[in-house]
Amino acid sequence: MRSEAVLRFGIVALLVAAVEILCWLHIIPVDVMIAPTQMAAELIKILVSGEYSADIISSIANVLISTVLSVMLGFVAGLIIYSAPSLRAALEPLLASYYAVPTFIFYPVFISLFGVGSGAIIAIAVLLAIVSMITATLNGLDRIPRVLRKTGRIYRMSRIKTAVMIELPSAAPYLFTGIKLSVAYSFIGVIASEFILSGSGIGYAIAYAYNNFENRHMYALMLLIILLVTGVNTLLNGIDRRLQSQRHR
Amino acid sequence: MIPVASETAAKVTPAQQAPVEQAHAALRGITRVYHTQGRSLHALGPVDLSLARGEFFSVVGPSGCGKSTLLDILAGLNPPQTGTADFEGKPILGVPDGVGVVFQEDACFPWLNVRDNVAFGLRRAGVEPTEIKRRVDYAIGFMGLKDFAASYPAQLSGGMRQRVCIARTLVLQPRLIMLDEPFGALDQQTRLIMGDELLRLWRETSATILLITHALDEAAMLSDRVGVMSTRPGTFIDIIETGWDRNRDSRVVSTPHFGGITARLWEKLRVEALKMMSTSELRSP
Repeated sequence: MRSEAVLRFGIVALLVAAVEILCWLHIIPVDVMIAPTQMAAELIKILVSGEYSADIISSIANVLISTVLSVMLGFVAGLIIYSAPSLRAALEPLLASYYAVPTFIFYPVFISLFGVGSGAIIAIAVLLAIVSMITATLNGLDRIPRVLRKTGRIYRMSRIKTAVMIELPSAAPYLFTGIKLSVAYSFIGVIASEFILSGSGIGYAIAYAYNNFENRHMYALMLLIILLVTGVNTLLNGIDRRLQSQRHR
Repeated sequence: MIPVASETAAKVTPAQQAPVEQAHAALRGITRVYHTQGRSLHALGPVDLSLARGEFFSVVGPSGCGKSTLLDILAGLNPPQTGTADFEGKPILGVPDGVGVVFQEDACFPWLNVRDNVAFGLRRAGVEPTEIKRRVDYAIGFMGLKDFAASYPAQLSGGMRQRVCIARTLVLQPRLIMLDEPFGALDQQTRLIMGDELLRLWRETSATILLITHALDEAAMLSDRVGVMSTRPGTFIDIIETGWDRNRDSRVVSTPHFGGITARLWEKLRVEALKMMSTSELRSP
């Protein structure tokens, strides 16, 4: 393990240990927060019991669908915008300021369109994630060196073959950054929407536990989300590092 | 083998008088005008040029005189406004079969290792795997990349990456190899060594070579003939025959004859470079 990774792990471990001690000493009251070890024990218990399995599966499925939709639609939209410079000039200021708008304000619109449930949740998550993929696609296409396209012409490659065999691999690291961001925004969009737009899912279960003073369940589910996001991000960062290391050594 | 540099005085042959009937590649009355933002820029021509089969021809000229445009036209990447371009007796309408190009910029595919970079064109052309292996092994060995076959371009120096690009061109066995300032980003020592390797490649393949360069010493050392271009719109104002022996290498730079060729090139180019600079100064605010 590299020294910065050890330091990072140490800082997290120190913070967790500090919370653990504060909880055991009752400096943090038990009705405010339970100790991290109790959160972990409770998480194992609810995973084994299967009490929240339907909620967990529903949330993961919504995140997956949102990610796939935002990556695909964002990539296609990026290609269209890239190929129409005047459209791009018109849209670029909007794309740049997009994340200044709190997307969740549109939830009444989506409830009217899709009803309460997965449809509205996925719509909000896609709305939140898609622009990161559009921006990454534009960035990736911008950074394809002209000489590589020229090389494709020297090999007498068709436009489609050049796109698949040269342009796509060349833009891959930037596209992957878009995928990483889409996953993160999909998680945020889905979990946050479940608080207000759903009768199922981890977000809904957390809100339900909170409203019914079930602290142990609430913190166990919060820990589950943190572990899920950390796991997915670690996996994606590993792939990203592999892609980048081929190009920058 | 020690090179034998011809001590004969450099001869001048106007490009317009070059015989084009038996030429390996020929340009006749080529012009290129670019239209951008409502303005026209006459970049090149009219240009006439004929390259004999197996000759090493270099083009020197001031910046922006249309050297790369000339290469693009001969490579079929950029059609001319007027005139005709032929390769092996056939008009150039797209990138012709048998033509390879090495660019100044790093054109290695960063996601492929050296072996896969070199094999890229062969795989695309559907060549048999055993033949691909044979040709790639030869090209990698020829360019001194054997120990780096599994390395990625990012792990190589600029000179080695350019060798990969040359090897990638070499495996396709082109009959006309065009190089657009291939050593422009390299230091002087590496350029001399790369020049030797280019001469070795030229001798072994018997290909015709067109080298675009801004380095007069490179052109003087490597070429059978050097074409000097004017400021924009670029035309050939002189073509100098170097008279070098085919077995030359970079050691010719220490001969008086090399100094003579370089001086002659500079004599012609100095006037054009000054013209270009005065035009640039007039244009700057």
